[in-house]
This record gives sequence, structure tokens and C-alpha cells, in this order.
Amino acid sequence: MSFDAKRAIRLALIVAATASMAACATKPKPQPGPGPSAGPGPAGPRGPGPAAPIDTRPIPGSVQDFVINIGDFVYFDLDRYDVRSDAAPVLDAQAAWLRQYPSVKIRIEGNCDERGTREYNLALGARRANAVRDYLVSRGVPASRITTLSWGKERPVDPGSNEDAWSRNRNGHTVIVEGAR
Amino acid sequence: MSFRPVLAALLAIAAVGLVGLPREARAQVGATISQGVVEPLPIAVPAFSGAGRGADMAAVIIANLERSGLFAPINAAAFPERNLDIGIQPDFAGWKTINAQALVNGAITVEGDGKLRVDFRLWDVFSGEQMLGLQFTSTPENWRRVAHKISDAVYERLTGEKGYFDSRVVFVAESGPRGNRVKRLMIMDQDGANPSSLTDGSYVVMTPRFSANSQEITYMALRPTGSSIYLFNIETARSETLGRFPGMVFAPRFSPDGGRVAFSIERGGNSDIWVMNLASRSQTRLTSDPGIDTSPSYAPDGGRIVFNSDRGGSPQLYVMGADGGGARRISYGSGRYMTPVWSPNGDFIAFTKQQGGQFHIGVMRPDGSDERILTTSYLDEGPTWAPNGRVLMFFRETPGGAPRLWTVDITGRILKPAPYQGSGSDPAWSPLLN
Repeated sequence: MSFDAKRAIRLALIVAATASMAACATKPKPQPGPGPSAGPGPAGPRGPGPAAPIDTRPIPGSVQDFVINIGDFVYFDLDRYDVRSDAAPVLDAQAAWLRQYPSVKIRIEGNCDERGTREYNLALGARRANAVRDYLVSRGVPASRITTLSWGKERPVDPGSNEDAWSRNRNGHTVIVEGAR
Repeated sequence: MSFRPVLAALLAIAAVGLVGLPREARAQVGATISQGVVEPLPIAVPAFSGAGRGADMAAVIIANLERSGLFAPINAAAFPERNLDIGIQPDFAGWKTINAQALVNGAITVEGDGKLRVDFRLWDVFSGEQMLGLQFTSTPENWRRVAHKISDAVYERLTGEKGYFDSRVVFVAESGPRGNRVKRLMIMDQDGANPSSLTDGSYVVMTPRFSANSQEITYMALRPTGSSIYLFNIETARSETLGRFPGMVFAPRFSPDGGRVAFSIERGGNSDIWVMNLASRSQTRLTSDPGIDTSPSYAPDGGRIVFNSDRGGSPQLYVMGADGGGARRISYGSGRYMTPVWSPNGDFIAFTKQQGGQFHIGVMRPDGSDERILTTSYLDEGPTWAPNGRVLMFFRETPGGAPRLWTVDITGRILKPAPYQGSGSDPAWSPLLN
């Protein structure tokens, strides 16, 4: 019991961390603007020179790698559960990544917007989760590495009550449950 | 006796509207009440005399009757006499001057063994006739329930319908941000008193439902590891699951005899309705089409089940035999119909309807006729019947807001927030307590 609890807490922390990273990743990158102008400056002591850039990236095969470089969400149309054309490249990339890291196991969570009843949305979310699962299996990910779950309308990623929020809340979320580096 | 026909007529109006009489007949009956509005019956409930809680008991009764929308309790400041002696006839001339049509008086006595005895009488002010004279004995801490039983007796005597006040509501208390709501199962008296938690919020709970003949509920729990259906006895605190299933399980509801639970099982993305015999634990599959089949609800005689299916392209209501045979669509209005719930009287099916960007609570006959929309808002969902089949509780959510519990009567005229101040959803009304 305590083991499960610890594991659940750890998972929650990972999920929270990756979620915030994902949020950062979707923000527009700051554009270079007018900075301090180059050119002759006041004479003075010479500094150590420009610092060499340090490249930061997720460890390949990690949860962060999957979330940032592949993408863990695909989106669905209103009342639909067929994989959209813009979701296919994301799922292709998920499948390739999962083939590359064969110890990784995933849970696909189906989510719905708030414009439906709790029970119907649980069923609709299950359809979405299974549509993602079937797609990944068709791209060579063994079904034994995948479980599915529907949250119905219980876990909106966007708390808003508008078309924009609803379109984000109709999703299939691929969650790594074990085996990441 | 003299005013009972008045109120009975009012209730008949409500019923007539639903039966669908020709327009002129409706107008005729409707003319007996002012512009189709129910005139609540003026009633006086002075503080009960005797030991302790007399004013509190009267307050509970007044709140119940007023909330029903069928009674207009008169302010105590206007009362012509106080400290009424239960053994002496009230001064009806005085009560007539404040236009009270009914008068409730009561007395509380502490018995030798410490028990509380409450005597009460219901009077017809204009005829001076005693309409009820009852005596309740219980433990002192049960005083609120005694007040609810008196409310039920008054309601039944004056409306001709069963009461619903000595009952409780289980619901889901919600807290925290929308993306990570904490959901606790809670129970309270139907008037909002005595709220207490049944689960600790460490996992998501949804859709509690009462057995029709016991203080047992069934509900769904959802964790990242999967869903499960629980049976929970409120009196013994005994809890068990229906077992483990390969896919999602949800939307549980008891059969009327409490011996079975109908629910949805999802496999490979397809949800169908199954029923489990609780004694033998044997499972029977009731539907097997590729559409979503969920939200089963039994007719009170146990012979049929109404459920939600999108087999025809959008979510609609269907009725089938309790063995799964003969499914027939009953909802034909425009919009999406969900969460059907059969009335304990058998005469109506309540539902959630989604149409044109709004949600509604409505009722229709079990054959789909006489549809009546009772509420409209951004999100109204999940009706549950009061034990007398005349009032519904449901939950309402505003855009971006937290859900609240509301009640509406089956005429749609009496719409009120339920007497619970916190955020709540998925209400389940209990049967009357014993």
C-alpha cells in the first residue's frame, strides 16, 4: 500500500513536471529584439569574452524527451473519436519513439470537453483512448505495452468554458507509466 | 377538509399539463388558478410547546413546507396566540384574521426513560376540524427526523401526495481547481442538515445511486489505474466492489428489489450494458451493439430498463426489457438526450437534454410522449427523484464555475437551489427512512 502510494506520488510529480514543461514548450519563443547596440564602447578592462552556449535538452528516452520532442497529446473533433489528420504525424512519431525504447509502457487517457454528461463522456473518452491505442498498435507498438483509461470530463487541461478550451479538452493523452530513462 | 380540494386542484393542474389535454380544456382548468401560477397554501406553524427544541422543530417544518413551493408559512410575528396548549382547541377566529388556512401545533415531552415524545395536530382553520393528530417517540437526538416526519404527514394530508422530507441525499462534494478536482462522497439530510463525508477525496467518485428499499448506495470510483463500482451500506459502513473488469466500468444503478446492479462495461472502446446478480455474482450482457450504451435505469416494477445509446447517431433514450430484449427508441425531440431516470412512481422518466448550446432537465412519459422541459442553463445534469416522484434534484454549473445542487418540481414552476451551501454534483435522493 505504502509502495503504491509512494509510486503514485512520484508519478504525480513526474506528470506535473512534464506538464509544466509542455506548457513552456508551447509558448512562443521570444524573438530577438533590439538589444544593446554593438559597436565601439567605452574603453576599459577586457572581460572573459562571450560565454560559450550550453545546449540543454531532455535525456533521450526520458519522459521529458517524449513530452517535448514527440508530443503527448492528440486532439479530437466534437463528438468524434476518429484520429484526425493532424494527429496522425504525432502518433507516428509516438510509435517510432516507443519502438526505439521498447521497455516503455504507456497509458492512453481519453478526455472530453464539459459539453456532455458524465456517463456518456466516460464512454466517449474510452472510444478516444482506444482509437489512439489502435493507431499505435497498427504502427507496430505491441498492445501489451498499452493500457487505456477514460477520464470523461473529469480532467480538463484547460479550465476555460469556451470553444478554444473545449477543443483542447477533447484529447487523447499518452502517459508514460514505466520504463523511461 | 375544506381547503384540501383547492390544493388537490392545483396539483391536478400540474398533472393535466403533462397528460396533454386539448388546449381549451387546459385553459379551463388553468382559469381556477391565477395565470397558471400555483398559489401556495398559507399555513401557521407556531413553536412547539414543552421541553427544549420546540422552536427548532417548528423551524425545520416551516423550511420543508416552504421549500416545497406548495405552502406559504406565515411569519410568527403575526400570530394571534402563542404557547398553544396541545390539549386545547386553538382560537380559530384569531387564526382566520391572519388568513391561515392550516395550523400545526405540537408539544414536546421528555419521557421517564429519556425518550422524546412529540404530539402534534393539524387543524383546518376555517372548519375548525382536526385533520391529523399524531404522536412520535424517539431518542432526543432524533428531533430533526421527527420534524421531517411531521412535515411529511402534513404534506401528505394537505396535498394527497406522499411526502419526501424524511430522506437523505448522497452527492459528490467538489473542491480544488477544475483540472484536478477533489471529489468526496457526502451524505446530508434532504434539507442540508448533518452533512458528512463518506470518502476521503483520495480518488475520484461519481454517480452515487440509492437502492430503492435500503440505505445502500452504489457508485463509481476512478483512479489512474482504472475504474471500479462500489456497493456501500450507509448504516453498516460495509463496502465492497463488484469485482475487477478488463475495461472501464461505470453508470451503476440498482434494480428495484436491490438484488442486481445494471452498469456499463467498456471493452476495446465499446460500452455495453450488463447486469450483475449481487447474490450469485453472475453477469449477464444486455446490449451488444457497436454504439455507446450507458446510464441504465430500471422501471419500478423491474420489468424494463431505460438507457442512453448513440446507436442511431446521437445520444437518445431507449427502453428495453430487463432481459435486454426489444429495445425501442423513445426520445424523438431535437437535441441529445442522456441520463434517463425512471420515476419511483413509474409515471415519468427524467432526463438531461442538450440542445442549442444549453442543457435542460426534463421529463417524459415512459413511451416518450408528453415531453416537458423543466430547466434551462449552461449546464444542468443528472436528475434524481425525490421518493414521492414529484420533485427532482440535479446539479447546475455556470461557465468556469463550480457545480451546485438544485431542485425543481415536475411542473417546472418551483425551481430552487438545494439547501446546501457548498459545491456539489451527482445527487442521489434516498428512499424515505423508516
